[in-house]
Amino acid sequence: MDKSVILDCRHVWKLYGTGADALLAQGRVPDAAALAQANVIGAVRDANVQILQGEIFVIMGLSGSGKSTLVRCLSRLVEPTSGEIEFDGRDLLRASDAELIEIRRKKMGMVFQQFALMPHLTVLENVAFPLEIQGVERAARLARAKTVIDLVGLEGREGCYPRELSGGQQQRVGIARSLIVEPDLWFLDEPFSALDPLIRREMQDEFLRLQNMLKKTIVFITHDFDEAIRLADRIAVMKDGVIEQIATPEDLVQNPATDYVADFTKHVARAKVIRAKSRMEPATSDSFAGEVAHNATIESIADQVERADAPFKVMQDGKVIGQITARAVIDVLVGRG
Amino acid sequence: MQALSRHITRARLFWVGLFAVTWALSQYSFQIYKALDARWIIRFPSQYQLNTDTVISGFLDWLVNAANFGLFTFRDLTRAIAWVIEQPYQFLRNLLIEGFQSGIGDTAVQVAPSLSWIAVIAIAVAIGHYARDWALAALVGACFLYLAVFGQWDSAMITLASVLVAVPIGAVGGLGLGILAYRSAWVDRMLRPVLDLMQTVPVFAYLVPILILFGFGPVAALVATVIYAMPPMIRVTIVALRGVPEELLEAGRMMGATQRQMTWKVLVPAATPTLMVGVNQVIMLTLNMVIIASMIGAGGLGFDVLASLRKLDIGGGIEAGLAIVVMAIALDRASQAFSERRMQHPRTGTLMQRHPWTTTVVVIVLGTFLLGQVLPAVQSYPDDWKISTGRFWSDGMEWINVNFFDTLEAIKTVLLTTLLLPVKKFFSGIPWAWGIIATGLIAWRVAGWKLGVAAALMMGFIAASGLWGKAMVTLYLCGVSVFIAVLIGTPLGIWAAQKPGAGRVILGLMDTLQTLPSFVYLIPVVMLFRVGDFSAMIAVVLYALAPAVRYAAHGIREVPPQLLEAGKMAGCTPRQLLWRVKLPLATPQLLLGVNQTIMLALSMLVITALVGTRDLGQEVYIALTKANAGQGIVAGLSVAFIAIIADRIVHALSDTQKKRLGL
Repeated sequence: MDKSVILDCRHVWKLYGTGADALLAQGRVPDAAALAQANVIGAVRDANVQILQGEIFVIMGLSGSGKSTLVRCLSRLVEPTSGEIEFDGRDLLRASDAELIEIRRKKMGMVFQQFALMPHLTVLENVAFPLEIQGVERAARLARAKTVIDLVGLEGREGCYPRELSGGQQQRVGIARSLIVEPDLWFLDEPFSALDPLIRREMQDEFLRLQNMLKKTIVFITHDFDEAIRLADRIAVMKDGVIEQIATPEDLVQNPATDYVADFTKHVARAKVIRAKSRMEPATSDSFAGEVAHNATIESIADQVERADAPFKVMQDGKVIGQITARAVIDVLVGRG
Repeated sequence: MQALSRHITRARLFWVGLFAVTWALSQYSFQIYKALDARWIIRFPSQYQLNTDTVISGFLDWLVNAANFGLFTFRDLTRAIAWVIEQPYQFLRNLLIEGFQSGIGDTAVQVAPSLSWIAVIAIAVAIGHYARDWALAALVGACFLYLAVFGQWDSAMITLASVLVAVPIGAVGGLGLGILAYRSAWVDRMLRPVLDLMQTVPVFAYLVPILILFGFGPVAALVATVIYAMPPMIRVTIVALRGVPEELLEAGRMMGATQRQMTWKVLVPAATPTLMVGVNQVIMLTLNMVIIASMIGAGGLGFDVLASLRKLDIGGGIEAGLAIVVMAIALDRASQAFSERRMQHPRTGTLMQRHPWTTTVVVIVLGTFLLGQVLPAVQSYPDDWKISTGRFWSDGMEWINVNFFDTLEAIKTVLLTTLLLPVKKFFSGIPWAWGIIATGLIAWRVAGWKLGVAAALMMGFIAASGLWGKAMVTLYLCGVSVFIAVLIGTPLGIWAAQKPGAGRVILGLMDTLQTLPSFVYLIPVVMLFRVGDFSAMIAVVLYALAPAVRYAAHGIREVPPQLLEAGKMAGCTPRQLLWRVKLPLATPQLLLGVNQTIMLALSMLVITALVGTRDLGQEVYIALTKANAGQGIVAGLSVAFIAIIADRIVHALSDTQKKRLGL
């Protein structure tokens, strides 16, 4: 891939407990047993992550798996115990307080699970708040806030206080607030977990719509695997502070690296994950019923492919790269192979 | 099972044995002393007595007369503080009562009159409406109107001026220290014991050093008031800031907020509703202290009460007392409404439409100022219209005393002979050495050896300061009062929790009782029962009743509903439900209520020294009248020690109970 790495995190550890520093100073990599013996909690253990320009990188794990701690290490809200984090070519962990403030003001944005809106400010003032912190003059920051509010579809609610909005609307405010500084790197910490399932789905669509327009680099935290495969370009699965596997959703389902990941992906509706390209065969047929994109999920093409008498062409960059048959689609749908 | 039963008997054995030994020693201490010819048994040997009081007095003398920090002396420092406080106080006095003058003495020319009574009431109404609604505006307005109609205006305005100066200093100072403690663990560690001590040292005790440092007068009273009212604000600030959601802080940091921006743009605004609760407390404590501080020259309503108490002027005392009650209600309700007030949408339109209250108030102030030049009745409420209720109250009291004297006297005698005197005899008889050991044993049994040693040391300090006898009188009065307060308060609280209608009335009444300055409680008690231990006990019970009721109601209400349902489904009768389910689960809360009751009783006991008790409170009070700082502080510390021991023991009991219930 020709995409550049925007955030490079190497051998990051976050240990809690009094003996943490001594344990790491021993020079060897402690395992779970050593940690337990030293009465140290390994919230993040030896994490290696490269976030690429313009991708949606999802960190997936159950509660207590260390995903929130990891993302807080990446944004340095939590100081890692050891490791290196390089952001935009700069060593994030050696940045001074002043530099860190500058980086966060201009290059990072974050959305929080419980929205974290200032209760005493209106929607408009909340969205403009990051600019207020930067000392932008009032009229200018409010005008800018207005355009971002329109972007997230909250026009008309500028004068409301957070308590007067529904959960979904509050999170739209949170999203607008994090976008107003046009960050290069956008952290979303379980942004939709506090919402009802129906609203959650709507917000995911909204999020994808925004991302199609803005093309941000995104680190997205979730405990919901369905949400992860719906949104992610790549997923990192975490368990007990360790990253078990980093892969595309499709890879994760088809080639789980550990038993834990396999357990997780077993019950996923594979048709939602597997794409046409991975189930195509060489284009040998004489006649085709139509064509599908190489990255279309089986679920989205199943109906038309199964119904047709002839296979479909699989297209990439305007060229035919193979064909997909009704048989292949059904195999995926019933879970064969 | 066997091990458990053995454990229980051993615990019982300990308590029964301890009580039996104490009772025997208390009963026969005099005989033992005679038989052994050992006077030290009932009296702490004077050659070993500590002279902490003279050391403290000497230190204060040195501070006032000789201390020099190079550039300035200590006296310069106190004068500077006095000057800083004096300026706003004098300004408010001029604004509210005296009017502004230029020149001094006979040549003084009035430049501008004070605010007219109509203007002050208008401001009060405006604040009430701004804080909540017309109902509150009417209540606050009626309270101030009462002060004018019933002839308490001038004294009330002096008190109000003191409150208005002390509250901002206390609130801002408390906020500042609270923020420091939040930010730095070091400051927090330094402040914590100071705050604990401040909460338990009786107010009279630090009136003495302040009297010596600042002299008799309103400024000394204001200094004492600020010192008294600030600690709760510090505590509330720390709690409020810690209560700001972690995510909000992270949001602030992710936006790149600097330390200062974090404090003033994120932390403080997000914590404002809780902080306003602290401000409400500061206001009520300030009022309480401004009344008490009339003893060192605060003037105003407190002085009126004190003067009437000294003259036994029944009518005047009740009049001034009621004025304090009215003022307390107005201040409490208005400031409480502010803490519950949420951000409102700004109004739009003309200046008049956007700021209706500000413009109305300005118009009324200017209008009454101009009208007042021609019509004196507009400027100050005319004397002819004033209604004095003094006669009414005196007559009423007289009527009660004529018709019910025998009944009241009978109640008093019965309680004195059956309860108060035997308990007093029991406590006074305990030899000091055994008292120290017993306290240590109780604390050890309940909360471990650390508290045991600490409690014994504290009691030792009291004995060694020659205050053992007075401390025992304090213990006896406090014990009896708390016992009665809990006896009345707990059923009331349970009733309030079971019946919502009764609950509203009872808890509302308790809220009002708690806002009243402690001084007020003395008035009716002295009128009905004259001076002595019995009057003191009644005043203490009235003052300390509220927490017993509140905690009981709270404890019963907080019982998880599924446990009640489980009880009902098991076929409990309402009575069984109360005794078998609700009460056992509410015990930790009930104990905390007892704890609060003890704390309030101790603080009130010191004030009841005014009605002639012979306890530690009296010792402090004597020190105050003699301006003997050492004596006052040592006696004050003794009260604080008793409070601390009681607090730790009851807390430990409550915690054990909680653990046993798995809460």
